[in-house]
Amino acid sequence: MKAPPFAYARPTTLDSALELLAGNDDAKVLAGGQSLLPVMNLRLGAPALLVDISRIPMLDRIVVDDDGAVTIGALVTHAAVEASPEIASHQPIVAAAAPHIGHRAIRNRGTCVGSIAHADPAAEMPAVCLATDAMMIATSTRGDRAIPAADFFTGFLETDLADDELLAAVRFPASPVGARGTVVEVARRHGDYALAGLACRLVFDGDTITDAALAYFGVGPHAQRVAPAEAALVGTSGDDDALDEAVRLVAATLDPPADVHGSANYRRHLAGVLCRRAVTELRSETGEAR
Amino acid sequence: MSDTMNETHVALGGDTTISCTVNGQAVSVEVPVRTSLSDMLRSALELTGTHLGCEHGVCGACTIVLDGAAVRSCLMLAVQADGTEIRTIEGLATDGTWHPIQQAMHDHHGFQCAFCSPGFMMTAVAMLEDDPNRTEAEIREELGGNLCRCTGYESIIDGVLGAIAEMRDGDGGVA
Repeated sequence: MKAPPFAYARPTTLDSALELLAGNDDAKVLAGGQSLLPVMNLRLGAPALLVDISRIPMLDRIVVDDDGAVTIGALVTHAAVEASPEIASHQPIVAAAAPHIGHRAIRNRGTCVGSIAHADPAAEMPAVCLATDAMMIATSTRGDRAIPAADFFTGFLETDLADDELLAAVRFPASPVGARGTVVEVARRHGDYALAGLACRLVFDGDTITDAALAYFGVGPHAQRVAPAEAALVGTSGDDDALDEAVRLVAATLDPPADVHGSANYRRHLAGVLCRRAVTELRSETGEAR
Repeated sequence: MSDTMNETHVALGGDTTISCTVNGQAVSVEVPVRTSLSDMLRSALELTGTHLGCEHGVCGACTIVLDGAAVRSCLMLAVQADGTEIRTIEGLATDGTWHPIQQAMHDHHGFQCAFCSPGFMMTAVAMLEDDPNRTEAEIREELGGNLCRCTGYESIIDGVLGAIAEMRDGDGGVA
């Protein structure tokens, strides 16, 4: 189908974009459009005004701080994230997520921050944000606001962003010493939305896991961490006994949806498989130079 | 590039003028602001080689090359393409000679009903221009976003491998 009618504005300054958002109740931000335009083409959404931010300078930057924190601007595409040596070196879990996102043509247009703002329950980046305690940088005519990932994703396609706010950037804090991360998922076709996926970050001190983040996607209304299973891994080496307990707690905690692609039980099973797969992968990296 | 680039361009639901380069030619067309890039190409410019399958980004039939990168033309508004350089399937052949990817797809029976072919070939062209030394595994991964409902994937992969061989050493790789 075709998108319903809308008005379109393409401001060239951030201030004018924010004024447009503040002055219109039913405005949507358009960056890459790879989530918004399908929604509009399917007539699931019909915003009155699209504010195209693609010609606003400075939003396409990847900024790396001295400590390794990385800030990704609202216009940075998934392809740019995937190709960035800085992100690969300082935030490997972010780099690990990129190849899973859509297909090449989607990654060429779609933005990292746009995916976070859209908050699809099966999208990778929201889970990566949860696993890394990322901060969302929202801006509006009222000022800037930093929102922790844990408070940002509030429901199915819903976030803490107010109608007049633009998600200007996402900031990934410096990785702790000994941190390793990976993103694993099961999809019908590589690049399609995951039936179940996991962004996993473990912090190792030698062979011992001192901190664990298990952020699942595709198994609930929004990305979510599974604290009981994380606790079961901390203090262990991620050995079989610890994994069995973590997998049990993952299955007991998650309440995945059922649809034509898979039952709730199948998704719950996959979530356990992914936990085992991710922890085993990260354990095997122990001792390797980073 | 239009003169609206340096100020806020606003179209209140009416028509808007798009200036871009399509297959090497500068074009300027007026379309309703809600027009997708694919519809601008097919209807306003009558370049109907770009096919529309799903119109929500899943099938890949509408893939074109925009500023050197493969993109879904159904997931872009025409107005977003203002000032860009676009290549479509119609721009592949030169002076009546097929592009190596077209010739190789033909030689390897990569066309069945051929509805998906423009999308596959534009995806392949962007991939090979980015890096011509692709392994079969990489080709399968990169073409994974394009659907062929005839399920003729093997011959499409063979065609792309043949195009690589042809572009590398003039050997189309046909057994």
